[in-house]
Order: sequence, then structure tokens, then C-alpha cells
Amino acid sequence: MPSINQNAYSGALPNFRNLGILLRILLLVNGVCLIAAAVKSASFQQALQEFTAIAALVEPILILSLLVLMLANPWLGKLPFYRGAGIVVLLELALTSLVYRLGASFFVGSGIGPLERLWLFSLLMTAALIVYFNMRSRLLSPALSEARLQALQARIRPHFLFNSINAVLSLIRSDTKRAEMALEDLSDLFRVLMADNRQLSSLQQEVDLCRRYLNLEQLRLGERLQVEWHIDNMPHDAQIPPLVLQPLLENAVYHGIEPRTEPGVININIFLRNDQVHIVLRNPYQREGAHHSGNKMAMENIRERLSLHFDVEASLTATLRDDSYQVQITIPYLRPEK
Amino acid sequence: MTSPLRIMIVDDEAPARNRLKELLADCAASFPHEVVGEAANGREALDLMSSEPADLLLLDIRMPEMDGIEVARHLLSLPQMPAVIFTTAYDLYAIQAFEVNAVDYLLKPVRGERLLGALQKARQNRPPGPAQLQKLAQRPRTCLSVQERGKIVLIPVNEIIYLKAEQKYVTIRTHEREYLLEESLTNLEQEFTANFIRIHRNCLVAKDSITGFEKVAEDGGEARWEVVLKKVEEKLPVSRRQQYLVKEFAK
Repeated sequence: MPSINQNAYSGALPNFRNLGILLRILLLVNGVCLIAAAVKSASFQQALQEFTAIAALVEPILILSLLVLMLANPWLGKLPFYRGAGIVVLLELALTSLVYRLGASFFVGSGIGPLERLWLFSLLMTAALIVYFNMRSRLLSPALSEARLQALQARIRPHFLFNSINAVLSLIRSDTKRAEMALEDLSDLFRVLMADNRQLSSLQQEVDLCRRYLNLEQLRLGERLQVEWHIDNMPHDAQIPPLVLQPLLENAVYHGIEPRTEPGVININIFLRNDQVHIVLRNPYQREGAHHSGNKMAMENIRERLSLHFDVEASLTATLRDDSYQVQITIPYLRPEK
Repeated sequence: MTSPLRIMIVDDEAPARNRLKELLADCAASFPHEVVGEAANGREALDLMSSEPADLLLLDIRMPEMDGIEVARHLLSLPQMPAVIFTTAYDLYAIQAFEVNAVDYLLKPVRGERLLGALQKARQNRPPGPAQLQKLAQRPRTCLSVQERGKIVLIPVNEIIYLKAEQKYVTIRTHEREYLLEESLTNLEQEFTANFIRIHRNCLVAKDSITGFEKVAEDGGEARWEVVLKKVEEKLPVSRRQQYLVKEFAK
């Protein structure tokens, strides 16, 4: 598994290439400027003027900082937390000086004050943001480890485990080879289920896992389960949280295939478009005879984990039509770090 | 020594049926029996019962279309209810219900010795009765069943137009014909409350079969309402007490 050098526990710099993170920085910095302007002024009119004056200085620094941080992101991510944070602070001080020097003539008489004063503000703001993002990742870490627990409890239905073992038992005397393969698939599946799933894995690994899972279901359901893979355009190295696809397939089998006597097709379509990975799963669905609902928890868990990893850049939607059910996931195409 | 027990295996998963067959073969020496048939779903099992009647059924609970509990409820319409042992991989609700109602069940994967124990017990115990099975049911039946010439006839609930109580029996009316059922109308009303409404003390009508209501003048008396039905010419009287249904229908 390609490892991501991001240890969520000792502290981590945020991913400066994530749209959600960039948005948070923009909103927070501007929010602080707005408060500062309001505190300094007596009327709304005056506050607006103050804000414009502050923005004229702050926005160039902010935009420039974000650009530099985006560029430096892969390199910053590899550094230990404290060194990375120190470098970000120094970088901000340097950028503040640069903008101050370049715009010196422009700011004369605007009451901005000496460079040292700006350094102090810049230092405070940067430190506050780093602390904020660090706290946020600490807060989210338990959610990630909980996700793993839930994965174990809610993902693999006991129903599936016992029926699979039963199927393997039925093969042991008649078809030893297939029984061996089935046990290998089962152990691969549980290895991933029991692993620490906080780190991202590759799409190829997730697809392999799904194939093992479907092999086991095939054993039980025979020709009732038919699977169509459309993954020629799949980016194999795309990063994805583990166990995103498998529980969705399990839902598809449980709600779409098992309640039917005739064969049913599960359609899996994965492709890359506009630097986004699209995953589309479709299975037959009939209202009559459908199992009790119970896939809400799995869906919520997946949604949560996608947003922890990708913030606003990921989406998960489910559509129910007359006779089919479709789940669509969109995530940014994140390449593994070398 | 009695004659060997005739056993039928009902499960929608082929490997699960094979496993049970292997285990049954293992205990053939200590428990003489004969596997008379295998079925992959409830309907198949009930069909098979008429050609190859079995003394005991190993019945999976979770099966598409008709679950194992419903199969057992239809078996009740046979002159002699065979013994049943339910099998399930994991169904907390069902397991609890079995414990409470003292009905035999086996957890999959099934152990050989447990199977043998259950077979020996099934020989002595009486099969579960209608009240017991009704308590186990997790959802309304998909079909009603009557027995005709030793064969179980299934009448899909969605083909029933109305159910009418007449003395000891309930008449089931479908588009094609009528059947006589030995069950209480009150129980049927409770079970199928989602799809049927009571229009008269003795009559339940399928909501989907109602086209409308018609007012009929009575000699010397007040006018009364009748239900007009799809597919059949007959009209059914609405009792005075249920007349509010006419207003509800008009909405």
C-alpha cells in the first residue's frame, strides 16, 4: 500500500491543494479582516472603507500565499509537522515583506504603519490558521478510526460471513480447489476489513477487493449474480479511501440480487473525466419483496469518510428509479505521492 | 421400526442444499431417511409436495419471493402438516421468535450432530400450528392457499378482488373463480390491512379493485351504497357503519 506521509496524530499541515481547505483559509482571513475593520470604526460606512484599505494590503498577500503553498504542497507534506509549520510562518513573513516593499508607495499615508506591525499580524494569523487546521485534523481522527470499527460491524453483514462459510463447507468434499480459492478470497477480504483503514489506497486495490468479494457471492448465488465491469478508462493509481466500493456492492447484492429468483446484473462503471474519478454502480431493484431498508448506515459512513478525505471535492448520490438503483461517487483524481 | 423419514431440502442457494445433503448422508446410518426432493424457492417446494410428499422439510427462511415461514403456513392447508426445521444463517429477529415459540431451527453452517438431534426431535414433536407460525411471520403472506385434491393451490394476494365470510368459510374471489378458505376474516383483515378495506361486517375488498361507489334506492327505505369492482360484474353492499368510506374514496 503506498503510504501517505501524513500522521494525523502528532499534527499535520493541511493539504493546500484541496478546494475545501483553500476556501476555509480565504473565508477565515477575510472574516478576521472584517472584524478588525468593524472594531476600528464607528459607522457602517467607515467600516467598509477600513475593510477596503485592509483588503488592499491583505488580499495580494493572501492570494500569493495560497499560490506558493499550492506549489509547495507536496514538499511541505513530507516534512515533519513542526518544521513544516515553521517554514510556512517564515514564508508568510517573507511574502508580507515583499508585498509591503512592492506596494510601499501605494500604501504611504494609508495608516498601515511600519513593516514590523504587519509582521506581527501576519505571524498571528498564520499561527492561528495552523493551529485551527491541526485541531480540526485531530478532531476528525477519532471519526476515522471509528469508521474502521463501523466498517467491521456494519459492512460485512454476518449473514454474508456465515453463508460464505457454509458455501465453502459445501465445496470441501467435492471441489477442493474451489474451496481453497474461496477461503483465500475470504481471508483477503477480512485482512482489509481488519486493517487500519485511515490511509488511502489505490483504486486498483479496491477493485481487486471487490472482485474477491463478488467471487464469494458468486459461489452462493451462482448464475443469479451477473456482474458487468466497465473499467477500461479507470485510473488505476487514483487514491481512494479503502472499503468505499465494497460495501456498496454488498448493498447491491443484498437488495438487488438476493430478493430475485431470476438472474440480475450489477453494473460497475469507473472512468476518468476532467481529472475527476467517477464511479457508477447500478443494480436491479424491485419494491416488492425487497429486504428491509438498512443501507442508510453504510451510505452515511461512506459519505463521511469521503468528506474527511476530500472535503467538498467528493460527492455521493443515490437515485432510485422504477426498477433500478444507482449510486454515483465522484472524487478528485489524486495521484499517489512518490 | 417405522419407515424411513422422507425429507425435502428447501434453500435458494445451491451450495447450502449440497451441504445439507452431505450432512444427511453422514447420519444415514444412525437415522434412516430418504431425501425425496430439493427446491430452490417456496413455490417449488409447495409444488413438489404434491408429487413427492415429504414427512419433514428443512426450510431456509430467507428466500426470494416467498420466505420459509410463509411456506410453512401454506403447508398447514394439507391434511397432515409435515414436520419443519427452519435453517438460517443470521436473522436475530427470527431466532428470537423461534426461541419464544419453541420451534425447531438450525443455524447455518449446520453441524452434523445438531442436525441429527433436530431430526430425532422432529420425529416426536408435533409440527408448529397456525398460531405459532403466525407469530413467526415477519410480513404478510404473498399468497393465500387452499387444498384441492391433495394439492396446495396458491392464490396470489394481489389477484384477490374480495374476501367474503360465509358461515364457516371465507370465499376468495379472483377474476377467474372462487375458492373456499378456512380462516377467520378478522385475522385476514389484520394481516392484509395495507391492501384491503372492510366494507361490510362480512366483506374485505382489495383497494386496487374498487372502481367506485354507486347509490342504490331501496324499496321504502333509505338509499344505500354499493361498491363497483374492476374485472367482475358483481356489486358489493357497503354497510351503514362503513359508509364513511364512500366519502373518503371521493377525496
